[in-house]
Amino acid sequence: MSFREILEQLNIRATCKQYGLGMWRCPQFLFLLMGSVIIITALVTYFLGTRYVADPGTVSLIVLVLTVILFVLTFSITRSLEGLAEANRLKTEFISIVSHQLRSPLSNLKWALEILVSDRFGKIDGKPAEYLQILSDNTKRMGELISSLLIVSRIDQGRLPIHNAEFPLSDLVKEAIAEFKPIASASNIEIVLETVKPNLPQAFGDSSQLKIVIENFIDNAVRYTKGAGKIVVAIVPKKDRLLFSVKDGGVGIPKEDQKHIFQKFFRSGNVLKYQTQGSGLGLYIAKSIVEKSGGKIGFKSEQDKGSTFWFTIPIAGR
Amino acid sequence: MVYHTNSGPLSGPIYRAISSLLKNNNFMSKKILFIEDEAALQKTLGDVLEQEGYKVIKALDGEAGLKAAQTGIPDLILLDLILPKMHGFEVLKALKGDTATKDIPIIVLTNLESMGDIEKALELGATTYLIKASYTLEEVVGKIKKALGE
Repeated sequence: MSFREILEQLNIRATCKQYGLGMWRCPQFLFLLMGSVIIITALVTYFLGTRYVADPGTVSLIVLVLTVILFVLTFSITRSLEGLAEANRLKTEFISIVSHQLRSPLSNLKWALEILVSDRFGKIDGKPAEYLQILSDNTKRMGELISSLLIVSRIDQGRLPIHNAEFPLSDLVKEAIAEFKPIASASNIEIVLETVKPNLPQAFGDSSQLKIVIENFIDNAVRYTKGAGKIVVAIVPKKDRLLFSVKDGGVGIPKEDQKHIFQKFFRSGNVLKYQTQGSGLGLYIAKSIVEKSGGKIGFKSEQDKGSTFWFTIPIAGR
Repeated sequence: MVYHTNSGPLSGPIYRAISSLLKNNNFMSKKILFIEDEAALQKTLGDVLEQEGYKVIKALDGEAGLKAAQTGIPDLILLDLILPKMHGFEVLKALKGDTATKDIPIIVLTNLESMGDIEKALELGATTYLIKASYTLEEVVGKIKKALGE
């Protein structure tokens, strides 16, 4: 942290206001106060110790008083941190409850629209059919967003269910590529799976969760490729791991944004120029899933040149 | 209701001719009990099932659902879990504990998706556990047909 950043951090009143906390409940302010009291205690002890050595009783009393003040301050800090932790827990619970509550009306919408689009009870043509498609697409989008929020709340509560088992990673990848092929070719984007080595060992992890990660990588690559382009997907064995990667020639991630890329709700400034859709949850979820599966996740990116996102996953039986 | 297993005098080509004649008739069509407190969902899935030729009996709460199952003996039960008056798990337990209803296939259709709920439902004897948000209507109809052995 640079000196300037420290100074900015010290703008305590603004920081506490931003968190919506009063000064006496704000950890930043309380820490500063405690630091000051500790310094004062040390100075006073030194001052008194060198001058009033003849009366150790007075010295002890003053030091005792200062210690009590310190104790009270530490207690307040602990309480304020407890308050923040509780607020965080409530926020996660809130997301979880709201998402669950939204799911029921959304299921109703989804199924009713499915009936209308399917022409089961009569055909709908022309403009009304176009509007129906808009309703249907956006209901799907909302459903995906709610699913992402639910996954995030589970991650934050430490309740993301991971069921590890042996599975063929290449099959999962081929399935995901097939899903994205139509939408990619509509934008003149080609998705290529690099030749997979024969006898590729089975992976060990939660295939249904890892599919979310694979889809997220490919989805991002398609989303952030401007105009025609090529996306290269690869699986290679690396010691006791399988390395999966997705390389695109898209907009890339600016250097200053790279350290935030796996943060919850973070969206890079340059992608907002091209793509307003997106929740900023995909890579946060991806990181949690990969790490819970015993793998690693990372990327290499250069602005306007493209990105390569990768993860590793243990090989079964190793 | 047992026309499809009938092997008495009404068997062979005559039986098949009669049963195909009656298949599209409410009298002979299979009966599905749909226990669900969301009226909108009962309407959508209910309408589609009726169009597929099933007779759909609807119950809006757990108690009414259990009573309907015991008096009408359906061929299949669609059961939501969060229900007024009686929770879906209690309905499931009561149905599986009653000799008259214990063999009816039960599909749990809910938005609860914790592993605990899924395991509990299957332990209590549910045939299938479906999370509404994860399936299209057509997929649900497919699962119902499969559970009915069609």
